[in-house]
Amino acid sequence: MRIGLFVTCLGDTLFPEAPKATVAVLERLGHEVEFPRAQTCCGQLHLNSGYRDEALALGRRFGRIFGEYEAIVSPSSSCVGAARELSPETADRTFELSEFLVRKLGVEDVGAYFPHRVTYHPTCHSLRVTKVGDAPLRLLAAVRGLELAELPAANECCGFGGTFAVKNADTSAAMLADKCSAVLSTGAEVCTAVDGSCLMQIGGGLSRQRAGVRTMHLAEILAS
Amino acid sequence: MTSFPEAARAALGDSQLRHNLRNATTTIREKRAGVVAEVPDWEELREAGRAIKADVMARLDHYLVQFEEAVHAAGGTVHWARDAAEANRVVLDVARAHGAHEVVKVKSLTTDEIELNEALAAGGVHAVETDFAELILQLDGDWSSHILVPAIHRNRAEIRDLFVRTIARGRELSDAPSELAETARLYLREKFLDAKVGVSGANFGVAETGTIVVVESEGNGRMCTTLPPVLVTVLGIEKLVPRFGDLEVFLQLLPRSSTGERMNPYTSLWTGVTAEDGPQELHVVLLDNGRTNVLADETGRQALHCIRCSACLNVCPVYSRTGGHAYGSVYPGPIGAILTPQLRGLENAKSLPYASSLCGACYEACPVKIDIPAVLLHLRAETEKPVAEGAAMRALARIFGNRKLYERAQRVARVGERPARHLPGPLARWTEVRDLRPLPPETFREWWSRERGA
Repeated sequence: MRIGLFVTCLGDTLFPEAPKATVAVLERLGHEVEFPRAQTCCGQLHLNSGYRDEALALGRRFGRIFGEYEAIVSPSSSCVGAARELSPETADRTFELSEFLVRKLGVEDVGAYFPHRVTYHPTCHSLRVTKVGDAPLRLLAAVRGLELAELPAANECCGFGGTFAVKNADTSAAMLADKCSAVLSTGAEVCTAVDGSCLMQIGGGLSRQRAGVRTMHLAEILAS
Repeated sequence: MTSFPEAARAALGDSQLRHNLRNATTTIREKRAGVVAEVPDWEELREAGRAIKADVMARLDHYLVQFEEAVHAAGGTVHWARDAAEANRVVLDVARAHGAHEVVKVKSLTTDEIELNEALAAGGVHAVETDFAELILQLDGDWSSHILVPAIHRNRAEIRDLFVRTIARGRELSDAPSELAETARLYLREKFLDAKVGVSGANFGVAETGTIVVVESEGNGRMCTTLPPVLVTVLGIEKLVPRFGDLEVFLQLLPRSSTGERMNPYTSLWTGVTAEDGPQELHVVLLDNGRTNVLADETGRQALHCIRCSACLNVCPVYSRTGGHAYGSVYPGPIGAILTPQLRGLENAKSLPYASSLCGACYEACPVKIDIPAVLLHLRAETEKPVAEGAAMRALARIFGNRKLYERAQRVARVGERPARHLPGPLARWTEVRDLRPLPPETFREWWSRERGA
C-alpha cells in the first residue's frame, strides 16, 4: 500500500521522534511510506481559534497534497480529526496510526519490546472525534516486556486544548495538575498517548514538577 | 460582564470550592454513567429526543399557536412576553390583582434568567424560593452555580451556619442532612399554606394538549402548583414538545441525565384549570427574551434543544474546576457557553465560546445530542477577535500556505531560540507551569532529506 505520511506541523517542528517512529513501524510491516514535502498544517489551529476561512483554505491545500495516496497516516488523532473535517474528499483515507494498524491492517503485534511500566492517556480527540477506541491499548498489550498501569479518570481532558492553554491558562493549569497527579499515582515510568500536543502539555507539567516520569508518543513505544 | 478567564482565576484559587465541586460532580457523574449504561436503547432515545426538538424548532410558530389554543380551551390564560420586562410585568400584575405580598416559587431557571424575584421585589412582592438549594442561596444573598444543584458550591457545615443565622429560630442544629431538611421544611410549610399565588417555570409544554410538566425531586414544586389558588407559569418558547406521547422520550432522558436516577420522585402535569382541584386561575407566560434570535441561526439554534439536565456541566473538566459563577449567567457550563452569548449577543459574552478545551465530553453526555463543540467553533468564528491576534493568525495562515515560507519559519525559530525557560508575549502563560522542551536539532523534514534524499 502506498502511504502518505502526514507528520503534522507540530510533529515536524517540535517532536520529530513521533513521525520518525511512525515511519519505522510502517516500514517494518512492509509498507512503502512517502513524505509529501509540500505539507504544512492541516488547519486545525485556525479552525479551533475561529478562523474558519483560513482553516478551509488549508484543508483544501491538504486535499491537493495528499489526494493521490491510498492511505494517509498520521501520529496525531486531533490533526486527523481536523483533516477529515476540512478535507472531506480525503476523509475516508485519513487515519491515525493506531487505528490504521488495528482496524485497517488488522495488526496488533508490531514486534515491539519495551520493558517498562507505562500508563496510557486516551486523548479527548482520539476518544470523541477520531474515535480510535481501544486500538492503542490493543497495540500496547502486544508489546513485549511492557507493563500497563491503568490511569485513573483517564477520559478526562489534560487541559491542553490548543490556544485554550494560553487563553484560559489558569483553568488549563488546574486540569493539568489533576492529570499529573493521576499519572503519578500509577507509578508508571512513562505516560503515552496518540497526540503529541497533549503529551507536550502533560510532559511539560511533569518536567516542571521534576516528577521523573517521561512522556513518549505511542509510535515511539511501538518502534522500540 | 467579567471575562471568563478573570472570573475563573478567582474561583480556582478557592480550595474549599474546588473540593466541594470535585466531590459533587464526581458523585453525579458516576451515578449518571451507571443508570445510562443500563438502558439498552439509550442512543436511540437520544436520537429521538434530538429529532423531536429539531422538529419543534423547525415548526415553532405552528406549535406555539396550537399550545396557546389548547391552554385557552382548558381554562388558562396565555400571555406573550417579548422580553424579561414584559414577562415580569405579567407576574407582578397577577400578584397585585390578588393582593398578594408574597408568592411561593418552584425552582426555575427561566425566572432566574429574567430576574423575576428582583422585579417582584421592586413592585413590593416577595418571592419565596421553595427548592431547598434555591432557598439556601436566597437566604444568603448568593446565586446559583449549577443548573440542577444550585448550591453545589456549598457544603453542609456552611449551610448549617446559614440556617442558624436565618430560619432555625434559636433551635440547636447539627449539619446532619435530615436536621437541615427538617428546618427548611418547617419554615416552608407555613409559606405554602399562606400563599395566594404560586409561580413556576416548566420543563415541558405539550402543544397538542396544553399540558405543562414540572419534574422535581423534593415535592416543593407539587406544593407550589397545587396549594395556592392562583398559579403563574413562565415558559420559554423552546420548551414545547408536539405530542403528549413525546414525554415518554424526555421523561426517560431527563432524570437519568440530571440526577442519575431512573425516575425522578415528582412529576407534576396540569392542563388548564380543574374545578375544585388545585389552582382555579392559571396564567401561562410564553417568553421569547432572545430565543427567536437564537432560532434564526441554523447552527446555533440547537442550543434551544436543551432540556436543562446539567449532564454537560457535571462531565465538563472546565466547569468541574471553576464552578458556575465564572460563566456570569444563570446558564453555566458548556451549555451556558453556547446559550448565553446567543441570548445576550456575542459582543456581551465574547470570552464564553473560548471557555472550553473542546474535549467533547459535553456532546457525548448530552441526552438530546447538542453538538456543543461545533456550536462553540461556530461562535468563535463569529466573534470579533483582538486585532493583534487576527494579524498573527493571518500571517501564520500565509506561512502554512507556502512550503518555502514554512521551512524558513522553522529555521528562524531555531536560530531565535534561547535556552528558554520563559516564552514571550501571550505564550508566557504556557511556561508559567510547564517546562518547554528545547527544539530538536533537526526537523522531521530535515531528517527525511538527510536519510532519504529530497
